[in-house]
Amino acid sequence: MLEVEVYVSLKKTVSDPQGLAVKRSLESLGYSEVKEVRVGKFIQLRLDLEDREKASQRIEEMCKKLLANPIIEDFTFKIK
Amino acid sequence: MKWGVVIFPGSNCDQDCFYVIKDVLGEEVRYVWHKETDLRDLDCLILPGGFSYGDYLRAGAIACFSPVMEALVDFAKKGGLIMGICNGFQILLEAGLLPGAMLRNKNIHFICKYVYLRVENIHTPFTNLFKEGQVVRIPIAHNEGNYYIEDEGLVELKNNKQIIFRYSDEEGRLAPEFNPNGAKEFIAGIINKEGNVLGMMPHPERASEGILNSQDGLLVFKSIVNWFKR
Repeated sequence: MLEVEVYVSLKKTVSDPQGLAVKRSLESLGYSEVKEVRVGKFIQLRLDLEDREKASQRIEEMCKKLLANPIIEDFTFKIK
Repeated sequence: MKWGVVIFPGSNCDQDCFYVIKDVLGEEVRYVWHKETDLRDLDCLILPGGFSYGDYLRAGAIACFSPVMEALVDFAKKGGLIMGICNGFQILLEAGLLPGAMLRNKNIHFICKYVYLRVENIHTPFTNLFKEGQVVRIPIAHNEGNYYIEDEGLVELKNNKQIIFRYSDEEGRLAPEFNPNGAKEFIAGIINKEGNVLGMMPHPERASEGILNSQDGLLVFKSIVNWFKR
């Protein structure tokens, strides 16, 4: 069994309205050091696989097909 | 001609669309459950608004993998007319039947109000009864209507006259203050290159009777009927 952590975030070139709102809120709380906030998604998977290379291929596929929208989002993942 | 209104789990404007087609227009229509795979009896499909699959992951993302979608892609390839309204538009984007993607509204609020739209192209099955540059009043109701497309795709949209509706003021002027959600180039509705698949964020079915304060939306439905009669 493999534990996987997938991170999906908006591409750097895409503006992130949620991130901007969170940044403004942090500023109003006094955290003026915050220069940028990007809000993304964190997805945990448990795979019934032992082969890490195969898992990596499969996860890449899942991200491209469903977990992320490649037009607006980037993804990374970690197999633990 | 015969219409189909597709219902996904979480669609909630299906009955409004059905009512407009059947009772206001007097046309033949049936519901299409998302598990159906035979659409051969239909000429025009509506993907209604709502929150298919609770907008989980991204609006429209999960609906793309409903059984009906394979038949729907085939239907589109054969030239059948498809109109995606609001969540229906989001589904068409996620399915790759229309270019681009939706981001959260710029002000991160759900926006529900009447807006003005300028009709940008009347040479389509969906807009042939509008006048060139006509300004219409139709409501929006969405959380993710901030249309995004990369610059290259935008040039293609413009070159092929695929932009159908833009947010404007009542005189048809374009400016950021009349753009409710931050959509690129004020885009409210687009069509595919082949001209048979339309996606629009505003709800024409909510502006199809006098009692609803605007009948401008009815012209979209009537244009489709007219296109089949010609």
